[in-house]
Amino acid sequence: MNFPILSSLILLPTIGALFLFFTKNKEGNNLTAKYVALFTSVVNFLISIYLWVFFDQSTSSFQFIEDRKWIEGFINYKVGVDGISILFIILTTFITPLCIISVNNSVKNRLRDFLIAILIMESFMIGVFCALDLVVFYLFFEAGLIPMFLIIGIWGGERRVYSAFKFFLYTLLGSVLMLVAIISIYWITGTTDVVQLYDIGIDVKYQNLLWLAFFSSFAVKTPMWPVHTWLPDAHVEAPTAGSVLLAAILLKMAGYGFIRFSLGLFPVASEVFTPLIYILSVIAIIFTSLIALMQEDMKKLIAYSSVAHMGFVTLGIFTLQQQGIEGSIIQMISHGLVSAALFLTVGVVYDRMHSRLISTYGGLVSVIPKYSILFMLFALASLGLPGTSGFIGEFLILMGAFKDNFLVAVIASIGVILGAAYMLWLYKRVVFGKLINEDLKKILDLNRSEYFILSCLAVPILFFGFYPDPLINTIEVSVTDLINMHNTNIAGK
Amino acid sequence: MENLNLVLPEIFISLSIMFLLVLGVFKKDSSKIIFNFSLFAILITTTITINETFLITRETLFNESVVIDSMSSLMKIITLIGGFLVLIISSSYLKTFKIYNIEYPILILSSILGMMVMISSNDLIVFYMGLELQSLALYVLATYNRDQLKSSEAGLKYFVLSALSSGLLLYGCSLIYGFSGSTNFDIISNQLNSDEYVLTFGIVFILVGLAFKISAVPFHMWAPDVYEGSPTTVTLFFTMVPKIAALTVFIRFLYVPFLNLIDQWQMIIIFLSIASMIFGAVAAIGQTNIKRLIAYSSISHIGYTLAGLATVSNEGIQSSIIYISIYVVMNLAFFSCLLMLRRKDQYFEDIDDLSGLSKNHPLLSLCLLVILFSLAGIPPLAGFFAKFYVFKAVLEQSMYFLAIVGLLSTVVAAFYYLRIIKIIYFDKEKEKYDSDHSLWLKFSLACSTVLILLYFIFPSHLIEVVSRINII
Repeated sequence: MNFPILSSLILLPTIGALFLFFTKNKEGNNLTAKYVALFTSVVNFLISIYLWVFFDQSTSSFQFIEDRKWIEGFINYKVGVDGISILFIILTTFITPLCIISVNNSVKNRLRDFLIAILIMESFMIGVFCALDLVVFYLFFEAGLIPMFLIIGIWGGERRVYSAFKFFLYTLLGSVLMLVAIISIYWITGTTDVVQLYDIGIDVKYQNLLWLAFFSSFAVKTPMWPVHTWLPDAHVEAPTAGSVLLAAILLKMAGYGFIRFSLGLFPVASEVFTPLIYILSVIAIIFTSLIALMQEDMKKLIAYSSVAHMGFVTLGIFTLQQQGIEGSIIQMISHGLVSAALFLTVGVVYDRMHSRLISTYGGLVSVIPKYSILFMLFALASLGLPGTSGFIGEFLILMGAFKDNFLVAVIASIGVILGAAYMLWLYKRVVFGKLINEDLKKILDLNRSEYFILSCLAVPILFFGFYPDPLINTIEVSVTDLINMHNTNIAGK
Repeated sequence: MENLNLVLPEIFISLSIMFLLVLGVFKKDSSKIIFNFSLFAILITTTITINETFLITRETLFNESVVIDSMSSLMKIITLIGGFLVLIISSSYLKTFKIYNIEYPILILSSILGMMVMISSNDLIVFYMGLELQSLALYVLATYNRDQLKSSEAGLKYFVLSALSSGLLLYGCSLIYGFSGSTNFDIISNQLNSDEYVLTFGIVFILVGLAFKISAVPFHMWAPDVYEGSPTTVTLFFTMVPKIAALTVFIRFLYVPFLNLIDQWQMIIIFLSIASMIFGAVAAIGQTNIKRLIAYSSISHIGYTLAGLATVSNEGIQSSIIYISIYVVMNLAFFSCLLMLRRKDQYFEDIDDLSGLSKNHPLLSLCLLVILFSLAGIPPLAGFFAKFYVFKAVLEQSMYFLAIVGLLSTVVAAFYYLRIIKIIYFDKEKEKYDSDHSLWLKFSLACSTVLILLYFIFPSHLIEVVSRINII
């Protein structure tokens, strides 16, 4: 492969954004800008599908590698994909066009700037998943803060400034320690190239500190309890498309980072800190599920459910079992689809009623049946009903957990029940019951674009729920290899 | 006979200063001509510097009291370019305040001459001479807007405190001369005996003096007042050019005569660095005037530069030089934006004046966005790479404490940069500003912003140039 397909994936949205920058800035519904953005992101999606088709599932080594000199004798610009990262790339390119379609209703002012921010965000996120050099990874990882800060701050709700600052400073604080660790790795081993680092390995005596430094960054971004508090604020105040990007993709960066870097680079330390992760994950699952039960704001409820779901993800990753890690990856993909869908469904009623409070609604089923059906599907997928993609992920994670630690698995299973409780209760309060609020009688059902977006999300949720093989086949070899490598490293030290 | 070609830039610039002075005296209303002539003179000097000295690894002149090496020529070029850019964007500001006089370019040229002497100095006397030449020019520049109380106050403050620091510095020089028997850096380095405590006093006094000049904490108190009071273009000059020269002297002074006494001064530099990083970050939070804020931010940036120096390695020195070069570009960009905040012949300097700028001036706000994120050190902008190289050098020496404190203070610093971005992008808009800016101003803003934005594509070039500097 000579054509730099990954770089073009990364660059294309930026080029689209640049193009948008030079279009005329009209107020109101700026169709040209929207079409340009949509076109760019759809082309990007097609390229990523092409990537998946030509992806060789039988090997765990990195493919489509590009390696260029960047900073002489120090860092190479190196990108490549394996079974794990390709799914995240497709998730990113899949969600972005949907976000762009959805801005129709939610973003009223400065549409063009919003689209530019989203496209640049897409570039950075794809970059994170492709990067095979720690510095390049860090670059993309941090750069994503800039567009997200603006998305929350400019187009967010009332407390947007507070949330944007909290989001930015929390994540920056977590990340600077990772930068120290990355530079230290360079001085310890002489390279920041991930593939080479996999081969060389890092001396055991450094691993614990380095692991903690990476952890500080990923824990904030995941987010894990107790540093999750930025997430509800950021989610609630961000515009719908921003929440979708945050929940569906941004949170996955950290999960991906855990698998790629924490497990891959520091096998011994990962074993050492597994209890820590277990405790934090279990607390996240139980505690935030309970918090979610008490929420009166729909978006906040979904945000807390995200924290709980990410608790499952971290739990699964550190079971260090084949099923656990595969489950985590599938759970992340599934959560990417489901949480995006849930935020969009909330966005639909918010655009009509301008209220996110659960008490505003009730009895929606009699006025907007189409909406209610799709909402039900997503709610059920979120709680992990068999037949939806949520089930596959949670099931595999719990299976891995039972293999590794019975007690933790039992407690985590309670979290599944709590998850069902808050989701169903939310659904009951919003959709069923009596139609008390008079304003709701005039509410319109899904329009064409909303219907299209939500169906686009519903199809893969159901499809992968019944037939997860395409996902599992893609990741299987890479995960097996990761675990083998992990085990040989542990045995060797 | 000495090879005078090597000091041709200095000779040329002194001759032009004299010529311009005479021209200014004899020709009426010659401000414009003198402005253009001095721009021209700086350009020629830069060309001469590049031609005559750029490829020389190390040569000395005049009894080894002047040294020409790759560091001096590079720093001279940066100084000259900095001076040139300040001059070209000053004119409309000066015209507004009716201080578009012949003295301004001549003073700038003289201070540049002083800095060039400082940069090449390999002798305490030559160094002091250069320092005083540049300082005297700067005192006058600070009070240049003499009808305004604040400007006079700034100049006076700067004069008194700077004179004090020069005194300390001179005292340190005399102590060192007393114990080593020479003022020449190379000879001092051979004569030194680390057992003599008085030498440590000498070093400390000189470090205090130099720390004053680069406004490192705890010798920073003059900076906010002087920066606020001076005319904006002079503030720009203050934040960029003298720091380059002082930094060069810092490097040469520490690494040539006193390399063996590293135990004595390394802790001092680390302290200066940490104190400046933290203080600069924390104190800037409460500021309401942009120029004051920039003063504090420049204090914290100096802290990062010193962190590179504290490593005692060539990589550290190189990273400091890279840092200061990138910092110069960022500052130039920021001040270009500041100079554009003009409405009916009035310039605005409060942070609140930026409120809602993005609605009326989207392009200017976008530039500010890039510059501020770069100052905060967020990738992929140039400011990140500056910090990255410094911390890379710091961590090479396993100075983890310094690195972690430094990076944590960037988070604090990020807060006040974000606050400005918040005001620009999230707040309610105010009246429009004028948009008929001079071409040069637009040019310098556009160039520097593009440099900051696209630095990540070609990061190697700057490193290549700087990597020729090997002091140790």
